[in-house]
Amino acid sequence: MIWTQLPQFLVSGITSGSIYALIALGFGIIHNATGIVNFAQGEFVMIGAMAMISLTQVAGLPVPIAFPLAVLAVMAVGWLMEIGPIRRARSNSILILVMITVGASITMREAAMLVWGKTPRTLPSFSGDEPLVWGHAAILPQTLWILGITLLVVVLLGIFFNRTMVGKAMRAVAENRRGAALVGIAVYRMTLLSFVLSGGIGAVAGIIITPITTMSYSAGVMLALKGFAAAILGGYGSMLGAVVGGLLLGIMESFGAGFISSAYKDAFAFMILLLVLFVRPAGLFGKEEIKRV
Amino acid sequence: MTKTRKKWIYFLGLAGVVGLLPLVVKGGYYLLVLNIIAINGLVVLGLNLLIGFAGQISLGHAAFFGIGAYLSAIFTAMYNAPPWPTLLAVMVFTAVVAYLLGIPTLRLEGHYLVMATLGFNIIVYILMVQMEYWTGGPSGFAGIPPLNLGPFPVEGDLHYYWLLWSFFLAIFFLSLNLVDSRVGRALRAIHENELVANAMGVNTERYKVIIFAVSAAYASLAGSLYAHYLSFISPKTFDIFYSVQVVTMVVVGGIGNLWGGLLGAALLTALPEVLHAMRDYALLLYGVILMGALVFFPEGLLPGLIKLWSDKRAAKLGVSE
Repeated sequence: MIWTQLPQFLVSGITSGSIYALIALGFGIIHNATGIVNFAQGEFVMIGAMAMISLTQVAGLPVPIAFPLAVLAVMAVGWLMEIGPIRRARSNSILILVMITVGASITMREAAMLVWGKTPRTLPSFSGDEPLVWGHAAILPQTLWILGITLLVVVLLGIFFNRTMVGKAMRAVAENRRGAALVGIAVYRMTLLSFVLSGGIGAVAGIIITPITTMSYSAGVMLALKGFAAAILGGYGSMLGAVVGGLLLGIMESFGAGFISSAYKDAFAFMILLLVLFVRPAGLFGKEEIKRV
Repeated sequence: MTKTRKKWIYFLGLAGVVGLLPLVVKGGYYLLVLNIIAINGLVVLGLNLLIGFAGQISLGHAAFFGIGAYLSAIFTAMYNAPPWPTLLAVMVFTAVVAYLLGIPTLRLEGHYLVMATLGFNIIVYILMVQMEYWTGGPSGFAGIPPLNLGPFPVEGDLHYYWLLWSFFLAIFFLSLNLVDSRVGRALRAIHENELVANAMGVNTERYKVIIFAVSAAYASLAGSLYAHYLSFISPKTFDIFYSVQVVTMVVVGGIGNLWGGLLGAALLTALPEVLHAMRDYALLLYGVILMGALVFFPEGLLPGLIKLWSDKRAAKLGVSE
């Protein structure tokens, strides 16, 4: 009997997995450009959703206009974060910069609490709540939006990193910072761009998931942890790894919750993470780092 | 003045301040804050050894802190085990857990320990919330018996002030000596350049795993003491935020500077209490102050302030670098 539920678990796993994949991509982009683990990534997601809620419900804008505006707003937040604390830091130690993003994360979360309050908010679905029944699974229209938009973002990122000059320059910086600077790439501009881009991707994730899960000022933390776990699962810094890791984590989490125990749903995700670290520490698609002098 | 004499003078100064504070500080609330500083100070001390001397970061020290607290609570309250031997056994157990967690992760280049400890912390937290029969679940564990010294029970904030700070001072002193010992030099060599240290004959992997286990044992000790002191614990105290907070205390105070770590623990423990009057703005200000401290004093507040002061003195004497 329980096997008839399998398609349903798969659908919900892929839905949350898409979101984890987007967050993991945001982590990867900043990490590749700077070596920093950005602890404020979850706050980008949360602020994106909150900005969308304000734009549609307070300003009364239609979804197609509010969506890009909300994304732009969070890109601006990423921009401010980079030109502010990250660039002003009187140190280039990765640890210090990572701890600065922790400070930024707390600051953004608390500022969001003052602006949007403590109660969880939600958005209406983009196109109704009538589920499409397909075999044993009921699929919400919003799920299709999530899958479509995630796919679009991944394809656009693929084109950006492989076909455009700026994208190639960013990859060069990820490969070798000093080498990239030597061939005339403005490394600091790539750093700035990575924060702006991550902000934008985070905002997209927050906007599309909120109609299903609601959003509160503190929701960014758990989302960031899951995205971080997905990034590690796939191989930190690998773009393909981020997508596969996100989907795998979402599906395993959904199966774990469905077949074993929903109370241990989150523990399940991180248990898998630990196992992967012990067996294949560089992740599924990561490169093993070779020790060098 | 030799380095050793300087160390003794500073240490005795600290012990003097700790001894005299209760004459000035009255009232349970202030003593409570001071006691929590001692407990956080212990966790920070171990973490500082790990970050500052082995160059590795743990985001799971709240879990070790929590394992100490919960195991002490469960064994002493549910099975009437004697508190002191339990505390020791739990410390050893926590160190072994950390050792096993450290073996596969510390072998590798990069910050795999961060991720492993982060995942470990979340799992331990969920177990604390879900295993209601043993832990009391989200509403917490109450009725943990107090400690006693021989026939004398340790009761009230003042008693615990003496007990906690004695523990802190003893372990602080041990750690100061550890840093200046052969082991400390080996660890510092690892921090500077692991490959070179290895080439010089330092067994870098073993040292890193051992210092990780030691730092977990410090956290476990702090957790057990915390549980007996407050007689009530709940999972909220041991979540990932506490892990981040103690790392912050190390970084703000000064990485690898044990005195700085104490300053970081004291400041960041007291700061939310001071900011409490700001109500909803308290955490916002905490975040801003944290960012500011890290942006302007990346080497840590204590080393940063000392440098500012000596620069000023040099300028006064007309000496420039």
